[in-house]
Amino acid sequence: MNTIGKVVGIISNLVSVKVDGPVAQNEICYVKMGDENLMAEVIKVNGDIANIQVFESTRGLKVGTEVEFLQHMLEVTLGPGILSKNYDGLQNDLDKMQSTFLKRGEYTNPLDDDTKWSFKPLAKVGDTVEAGDWLGSVKENWVDHKIMVPFSFNGKYKVKSITPAGQYTINDTMAVLINEKGEDVKVTMVQKWPIKRAVTCYKDKPIPKKILETGVRIIDSMNPITEGGTGFIPGPFGCGKTVLQHAIAKQAAADIIIMTACGERANEVVEIFKEYPELIDPHTGRKLSERTTIVCNTSNMPVAAREASVYTGMTIAEYYRAMGLRVLLLADSTSRWAQALREMSNRLEELPGQDAFPVDLSAIIANFYARAGFVELNNGATGSVTFIGTVSPAGGNLKEPVTESTKKAARCFYALSQERADGKRYPAVDPIESYSKYLEYEQVQQYLREKISPDWNEIIDETKNIVLRGKEAKEQINILGDDSVPIDYHVRFWNSELIDFVFLQQDAFDEIDADCPLPRQEFMLKLVLDICHNKFKFDSFEEISAYYKRLINILKQMNYSEYQSDNFNKYLNELNTTVEERRTK
Amino acid sequence: MTTKAFQRIYTKITQITKATCTLKATGVGYDEMAIIDGRKAQVVKISGEDVTLQIFGGTEGIRTNAEAVFLGKPPVLKVGPELSGRFFNAYGDPIDGGAPIDGEERQIGGPSVNPVKRQQPSQLITTGIAGIDLNNTIVTGQKIPFFADPDQPYNEVMATVALRAMADKIILGGMGLTHDDYLYYKNTFDNAGALDRIVSFVNTTDDPPIERLLIPDMALTAAEYFAYDRNEKVLVLLTDMTLYADALCIVSNRMDQIPSKDSMPGSLYSDLAKIYEKAVQFKEGGSITIIAVTTLSGGDITHAIPDNTGYITEGQLFLRRDSDIRKVIIDPFRSLSRLKQLVIGKQTREDHPQVMNAAVRLYADAANARTKLENGFDLTDYDQRCLDFASEYSEKLLAIDVNIDVEKMLNTAWELFAAHFSKAEVNIKQSLVDKYWKN
Repeated sequence: MNTIGKVVGIISNLVSVKVDGPVAQNEICYVKMGDENLMAEVIKVNGDIANIQVFESTRGLKVGTEVEFLQHMLEVTLGPGILSKNYDGLQNDLDKMQSTFLKRGEYTNPLDDDTKWSFKPLAKVGDTVEAGDWLGSVKENWVDHKIMVPFSFNGKYKVKSITPAGQYTINDTMAVLINEKGEDVKVTMVQKWPIKRAVTCYKDKPIPKKILETGVRIIDSMNPITEGGTGFIPGPFGCGKTVLQHAIAKQAAADIIIMTACGERANEVVEIFKEYPELIDPHTGRKLSERTTIVCNTSNMPVAAREASVYTGMTIAEYYRAMGLRVLLLADSTSRWAQALREMSNRLEELPGQDAFPVDLSAIIANFYARAGFVELNNGATGSVTFIGTVSPAGGNLKEPVTESTKKAARCFYALSQERADGKRYPAVDPIESYSKYLEYEQVQQYLREKISPDWNEIIDETKNIVLRGKEAKEQINILGDDSVPIDYHVRFWNSELIDFVFLQQDAFDEIDADCPLPRQEFMLKLVLDICHNKFKFDSFEEISAYYKRLINILKQMNYSEYQSDNFNKYLNELNTTVEERRTK
Repeated sequence: MTTKAFQRIYTKITQITKATCTLKATGVGYDEMAIIDGRKAQVVKISGEDVTLQIFGGTEGIRTNAEAVFLGKPPVLKVGPELSGRFFNAYGDPIDGGAPIDGEERQIGGPSVNPVKRQQPSQLITTGIAGIDLNNTIVTGQKIPFFADPDQPYNEVMATVALRAMADKIILGGMGLTHDDYLYYKNTFDNAGALDRIVSFVNTTDDPPIERLLIPDMALTAAEYFAYDRNEKVLVLLTDMTLYADALCIVSNRMDQIPSKDSMPGSLYSDLAKIYEKAVQFKEGGSITIIAVTTLSGGDITHAIPDNTGYITEGQLFLRRDSDIRKVIIDPFRSLSRLKQLVIGKQTREDHPQVMNAAVRLYADAANARTKLENGFDLTDYDQRCLDFASEYSEKLLAIDVNIDVEKMLNTAWELFAAHFSKAEVNIKQSLVDKYWKN
């Protein structure tokens, strides 16, 4: 019997309900407003009063309205057909909604009941299996979508029967398992999972070591993120957070991309809707939309569902990871999620923490980031969820609670700098402030030595050092004046400018420059460092800037040319001639 | 909204603050409108039988036995083609002496557009102002504010943009406009012969500040009517959003909410987003473009209001007085249009993106040179040329009194490049330099 309650109080989307039976924290309920059922979640219980946050507008809601509690938490539906879908934060399929304006209380099926999938069994009758083990597989776009023992199954099961290869819909029985009590349990292609609980159906979560290539030089070379790694991008507005995240989403060497647009602009999501079906994934040659699922709760959609959207995205990511796939989850922006928490905490009249955020913000963020990771599955296959979130710090001040809490949880930090953005130096990732903790991992260093070149770690160290020394030289020049410092200072500064313009900056809107594969990154960085190693002859500081600008110009033309094409080599020759002009040794 | 005979009248007010009243009532819906002591009010909190109302006109003189009537519906606007050319107050009642509108009643602040039903904004809006068209091109369906200090001529610039933008309808949402500014808009639109395609919702400084909270939703409900029902290109002007946010702040304060940054309510982001996100390009051809004004205090964009606005809108246009040329310019550093990539080089000439970036970069070099000069250092020849370029660039392109087409803007930029720099210094793709360099 479901518990029933009656509304006794309303402040915006926080509603108090007097209940006649047991309710659970985070239980889902429906507020029954005539023919509209408004979904809500229990967030606090006090005696027989349950406080619920309604995922929709409460306009017109009256005291006395009936509320029915459903005895489960907020769940997502997992099964073939998730890829290429556009969901809202509660996993409603947005394309199935008819009207132009979102209708309150309209919930749509996240999967398609009628589509037939081509099933191939993987398990055999008599096999012992447990939650997350693969029973069979269907082709979803180009992905081998595994049909698994539902994550919610406890203990060991024996396969009693398995459906032979053929065409089936998601609700057909694919296997019958026998549980430890000897009872038959049917398994279809669909399962449900509560979004706030991490999926832990794997054997081990080892230290990640492989680099997730993104084609963005300042990430891959300078501060790489690993498969199964975590990173975050804080930055004031207008610094290119979204452009950078989109570049990563388009180019990353992942099998599946889940994009969560959490409380951000609707037009940015529309851009993805429009572009992705046309763009080609550089790694598979298939359409980008085939490997992408979008979960969007844009800033004008109900605030309470914002929190749900990031968890929905994470749960879908974990589901695909359990199939042995490399998943990249992007969330833009986690600050909006934190703000949604703040709004609720405020209405609940909880004692506030810093900047009126709830005091457990830090713990919530840390828990969420911990769900990412590289895992070894029970059958020895590996999968990963790499998570990159953006943070929108108020006033661009990185000392605010969301940035600070995230900094404790994420391993990569890509600080976007206002100064670089003002100078149109994009991506505006600050080369000095940013870091990747993964570079300190012995496993990662080993991987880089093998994958790129034996001296790669030293090369990156040196590059960072040149950039830092360039900055110091610049400060000296600014204090003392151009002609009061040794000429050497100018050379130092211009070496760092050379690295900045040619390697750190990248034109996300240029077809060729936007995506720079690792071999090309290696070639360009070594080329630039060779120039930095040279001794040039200069008589005055004015010659230095003029000369370096010429070098930069040629190298930029190389960035705009197809790698190793005739044009590319033409500029390379021009570069060598120009270098020889002033070289002294 | 007149009182009907069967409506229940409540007279038991239990609590009065500067902006709210609490009274005992039953059967009241959330967000519902009410009339208390002849003043309009809206339900903001229900707790059992205690209903808290936000009184738009302020609570001065309200007695604890004042009569309250609930209207059974949230704030509404009657829409129809007759809206054109009319002036209304924050409740949607005419203030121009004309007859009330006899149209379909719509709830204001309605639901948002399903993201998958939106179209990507794609139509260039030309304003003739190079600071906008060249550096920060705007498109239909975009939302973009002017960030300006109160002494800058933002209302003038906005009126100019509105008239040149060739919109089918212009909807003015004036919040805390001075009476003079209100008349300025009225006269400007009248003189341009554009009055019949303008709809205005105005709250002047003479009106109670809380009423302002209704203005954006009124304006946008009218905008949705024209853009969605009639497939028109609608331009919405909202001035001044800072005063709107101040009104939010007053209400949340009176309701004992815990303030976050700069004593603004914690929900400021969502409150502003709900308004700005109404900007949309519909698939059927209609569109809503929002141009707003956010006044700053001393150019500080880290204050919660401009800061949250910046995260919501698709860029911002920053007005600044250039002491060199003694004119107001659109600051190329702090201004940004996020949607320009959708049209520049596509609906405008191919060299547009690179020319725009190169000019801004050289302007930045000039700023560095100026710092050097101010610190008493010698300038190099390049520094000097940058400074010369910057002042011509300001005068011919950045100033808000410029009125030329995009092609002319690009040609002017190339002329300035050639006059002050070598090809290598300009650092543009070779193929474009070959084609457009002015010898």
